[in-house]
Amino acid sequence: MSLEGALAANRFGLGAKPGEIDEANDNPKAWLLNQLARGQDSARFANLSSTSELAAQLVKQQLLRRAKDKDALKSFLMQARQTYLREMAARFLVGFETEAPLHERLVRFWSNHFAVSTQKPQCALFVGAFEREAIRPHVTGRFSDMVLAAERHPAMQLYLDNAQSIGPDSLAGQRSGKGRNENLGREILELHTLGVEGGYTQDDVIALANLLTGWSVDRGPGLAGLAGPAGPAGPVARMVNTAMGGEAENGFRFYPPRHEPGAKTLLGRSYQEGYRGGVQALTDLAQHRATARHIATKLATHFIADNPPEASVKRIESAFRESGGDLMKVYEVIIDDPAAWRPEPAKFRSPVEYVTAAMRIAGGDTLAALDEKTVGPFMQSARAMGEMPFAAPSPQGWPDVTDSWTGSDAVLQRVEWANTAAQRLGGQSDPVMLADSALGPLLNPETRIGIARAASPAQGLALLFASPEFQRR
Amino acid sequence: MLNRRTFLNAGIACGALAFSGTHARLAFAALPDDKRFIVVILRGALDGLAAVPAHGDPDYASLRGSLALPQSGPGAPIDLDGLFGLHPSLHNLSEMWHDKELAIFHNVATPYRDRSHFDAQNVLETGGTAPHHLHDGWLNRALAPLALDTGNGALAVASSPPLLLDGSSHVTSWMPSRMQAPDDDLLARIGMLYAKDPVLGAALKQALATRATANAAMHDSASGPMPMQNGQGYGAIMPMMEGAGRILAAADGPRVGVFDIGGWDTHSNQGAGDGQLARRLQALDESFAALKTELGPAWKKTAIVAATEFGRTVAVNGTGGTDHGTGGIAFLFGGAVAGGTIHAEWSGLKPAALKDGRDLPARTDTRAIFKAALADHLKIAKQTLDEKIFPDSSGIPAVRDLIRA
Repeated sequence: MSLEGALAANRFGLGAKPGEIDEANDNPKAWLLNQLARGQDSARFANLSSTSELAAQLVKQQLLRRAKDKDALKSFLMQARQTYLREMAARFLVGFETEAPLHERLVRFWSNHFAVSTQKPQCALFVGAFEREAIRPHVTGRFSDMVLAAERHPAMQLYLDNAQSIGPDSLAGQRSGKGRNENLGREILELHTLGVEGGYTQDDVIALANLLTGWSVDRGPGLAGLAGPAGPAGPVARMVNTAMGGEAENGFRFYPPRHEPGAKTLLGRSYQEGYRGGVQALTDLAQHRATARHIATKLATHFIADNPPEASVKRIESAFRESGGDLMKVYEVIIDDPAAWRPEPAKFRSPVEYVTAAMRIAGGDTLAALDEKTVGPFMQSARAMGEMPFAAPSPQGWPDVTDSWTGSDAVLQRVEWANTAAQRLGGQSDPVMLADSALGPLLNPETRIGIARAASPAQGLALLFASPEFQRR
Repeated sequence: MLNRRTFLNAGIACGALAFSGTHARLAFAALPDDKRFIVVILRGALDGLAAVPAHGDPDYASLRGSLALPQSGPGAPIDLDGLFGLHPSLHNLSEMWHDKELAIFHNVATPYRDRSHFDAQNVLETGGTAPHHLHDGWLNRALAPLALDTGNGALAVASSPPLLLDGSSHVTSWMPSRMQAPDDDLLARIGMLYAKDPVLGAALKQALATRATANAAMHDSASGPMPMQNGQGYGAIMPMMEGAGRILAAADGPRVGVFDIGGWDTHSNQGAGDGQLARRLQALDESFAALKTELGPAWKKTAIVAATEFGRTVAVNGTGGTDHGTGGIAFLFGGAVAGGTIHAEWSGLKPAALKDGRDLPARTDTRAIFKAALADHLKIAKQTLDEKIFPDSSGIPAVRDLIRA
């Protein structure tokens, strides 16, 4: 087994499955690029609800609440819980099983970049669909398409409060006295595109928030925010919407009556009133120089080192800028970067990466039984080690540096998990063989001896999971 | 960047024996008179006017709109001095105020004046004057002068310490846990694998020592077993406060503690007397009462400061919430605090009195409150505070008379 094969499977992938390093050996770079050309894993998600179906469910839920129909609401919420658990099971399983692990790493990287979180319960229904339908289809496409899909998605609209944002001078704003919310506008500039040092001002935050007024979750073609004769489904509403070009797609809808009138100036550039103005603004932000720098730094930090070499960041930045945000071009540069192939592991696996690597090498037949009824222990472990999927503590997403995962209690929790998981998985296989096929030449000889001398196969597997080299990538 | 773990290792290299003693406890250097100091980060920007309403201000009701508490009846504030009150969810804090164990600060801010959560939290936690100028936490820098830098001196109630407590001095962390610790044989074998590791060896050794303290506290305490519920993230504050209270109360436990509590970023549907923020405040208030109970006799020697990264807009926004602002709130409380006071330098809620016409202005630097506790409670020298712990801060003197003589 070659070192490059082991690095491809571990540094760029999700940890080797048995035989994976052998597969990558011949031409590790081609093995990685082939995954990107091929991998979507979309068949795995065939039985999960689409965003538009979930948006319809949300409307139904609100009607039940309004009608104070407690029994119907209760059974509805139980179904929503099942939806969430099915999403969780699918999310864990695709990581444990995928044949395109680099593609999946990138899905998770971007999903974390555009973090939405169940810590805001209103968007819990949508977090799985967000990753499947706003992130996954665009991972090997253009960054600007991903920005648009992410900002429009109901999960983001609800998480960062834009779904209820109303232009103060809009028709709905004038009638209801309600107004703008600047949360999404600010986080798009600070976190999703330019970065906090990207040179924008509070006026730019407000301009972008104004541009995005009227963007919301699809509640049907109504004049949302208005009551009485001009209410949501009335003929007046339909007329106004048609006249002003209300757009709707897969759970998203633009409500013209809520949109702040007039052109807006963002970063010195003027944008027209209406849905198109917001789209143009996001497209420009996605291709901004500061965005290229911001994204390059994050990608280099993710794949290369906590403090990546400036030369690596610059190469990625140039590829992003010169291609106008063509992500395949960006990944090609990262895969070609010698800094990414240094033998010493520079990154510490996050808790979900850690659990995923362990299940890929030793999960075996147990994976077939993973579904919404059996996913609980994985969720509890991830929470205990500090990284519950779809539940990042803030819009900044999960941190991506060693220090964030190596507090003393976090390390003990990982050791405890190694022990618990190995008890469950480790009866059958020879742990030395598993260690070799997980890490190849990355396995430290002392660790290998320690595993070989273990008191039982399960203890040997626990030592592999807990070992310093298995905790890193 | 400094890394607290890079220099810790000598004991670890001795090998497995260090790991087999899960019941061993680390020696620590006691603070003078056995004092305790606790910092609570209210992450996400708590709305100061929700927690401590200026219900006596003539413009309060009109500006706050749907967020204004009623002047009487259910949901009315607990009046403190005619102008200010406490949110009705905060009745334990109001008792502390009446017992003169709570000082309240309005119009508080760090030196940071923009409105990014993450930059503001960075300034709050590093104790610097601008984001990302310093790479370790001010509380970590305070540990060496207190001789609490041995590893078991400071406790982060988190799986990994927040930036506030991160830096070159070693600290420990603890969270309520469900999983069982591995047996001593496996720990010894893992200890050997970690012997040369710059990060994992020291971290595991420290975690086992803290777990031992926690287990001992469980057996010592009259109030039953340690909380086992996992209280991470947005959810339960109570199990963290109860458990950490016992660890901090232990005779050989840490003397400095940090809690990191989110859930305050109320952009929409904030609620007034009832609602999401009211429930979160109630959970916080009840947890503070539990912390006091668990600290027991140590309460009299304890100062706790609760601070947030910035305030929120005075007026209700378009979505029944508040947006990022400037002047915020801080609480200093505990048996060692000389309280019953509100520090505000209040200039009213008229638009002209507000920063940018929207935020409460900043009158007190958060560092002046932190310094008060470090100087008068923990007796750290002024020069150390002005130069090392809060660099370039000689122009920001500690607020005086906040600690009982």
